[in-house]
Amino acid sequence: MIVANRKPLAEIREMVENCDKILILGCKGCVTVCNVGGAREVSILASILRIARKKEGRLLHVDEMTIERQCDPEYIEQVKDRVGQYDAVVSMACGVGPQFLSEAYPAQRFFPAVNTTFFGGAIQHGVWAERCAGCGTCIIHYFDGMCPIARCSKSLLHGPCGGSANGKCEISKEVDCIWDKIVRKKMEEGHLKDLLDPKPPKDWRTARDGGPRKSVREELVQ
Amino acid sequence: MRLSYPSNVKVIQVPCSGRVDIIHLLKAIEDGADGVYVAGCLEGECHFLTGNFKAKKRVQYVKKVLEELGIEPERVEMFNLSAGEGPRFAEIATEMTERIRELGPSPVKPQNAA
Repeated sequence: MIVANRKPLAEIREMVENCDKILILGCKGCVTVCNVGGAREVSILASILRIARKKEGRLLHVDEMTIERQCDPEYIEQVKDRVGQYDAVVSMACGVGPQFLSEAYPAQRFFPAVNTTFFGGAIQHGVWAERCAGCGTCIIHYFDGMCPIARCSKSLLHGPCGGSANGKCEISKEVDCIWDKIVRKKMEEGHLKDLLDPKPPKDWRTARDGGPRKSVREELVQ
Repeated sequence: MRLSYPSNVKVIQVPCSGRVDIIHLLKAIEDGADGVYVAGCLEGECHFLTGNFKAKKRVQYVKKVLEELGIEPERVEMFNLSAGEGPRFAEIATEMTERIRELGPSPVKPQNAA
């Protein structure tokens, strides 16, 4: 899923500083799963903003709404009757949400309430870790299901660097050296020689290096 | 045992302190409560194993939020006591009431709003 974190309160408060009426719009997709932008978090942020304004003696009218997803036009359409009534709409979806909303409703101001961080999963309750860099050409089958692009600090593709020590990366004792894990697993399985097979250079044009990406599935296009 | 505790304390019963969510504490503050506290079971004695630990973390979260908003975090607190400790319950109610009285009325009182 796409993992995000809520922006610092001070930043969100600054965004809505001049607003008297806002809508906080949640998303039931990835940000609900990573507990950052679903209905529960929408109500918490709404309450916090109301408290902050009540303390200042300046009321802020905050409406709350959470839609199925903010990355599909049919769901974006559901807020059609709501937008236009607010000084701003604060989106708690990943970075896609406020952009889709802005494109659909150009006259309405949209603010992001979260920082979108990475593609990952929950390694324990409340802890998420990066697993995919969205490079566009998956190669994890060469590395026993571990991605050195997302999980090696240097995205090395040919083995560990000199900063690997006792299975940890030099950037932090908290970060595993993924190359250590890959090599150990290959050794355990007796497939170490797989890593000796020469591979052509990775085509980075499918990653961000090729500019903004678009995916077209002809069988679905209407 | 007929114990008295300050009448300003409004008790809201929940099946387990783990049921108390961040939004419940925030709503109390938002609606003008001068303080709010959670009375959970003793640590390690939760019937549902970790309910009181969850409540503790949520209380800490709300304290942090209040601090960021410039509101005294002491207005929110977590206490642990067993269901058999009636006198302790009354003592906590008094302790919390005195603490809040010292802090004064909440700056979030509805009448403060424009």
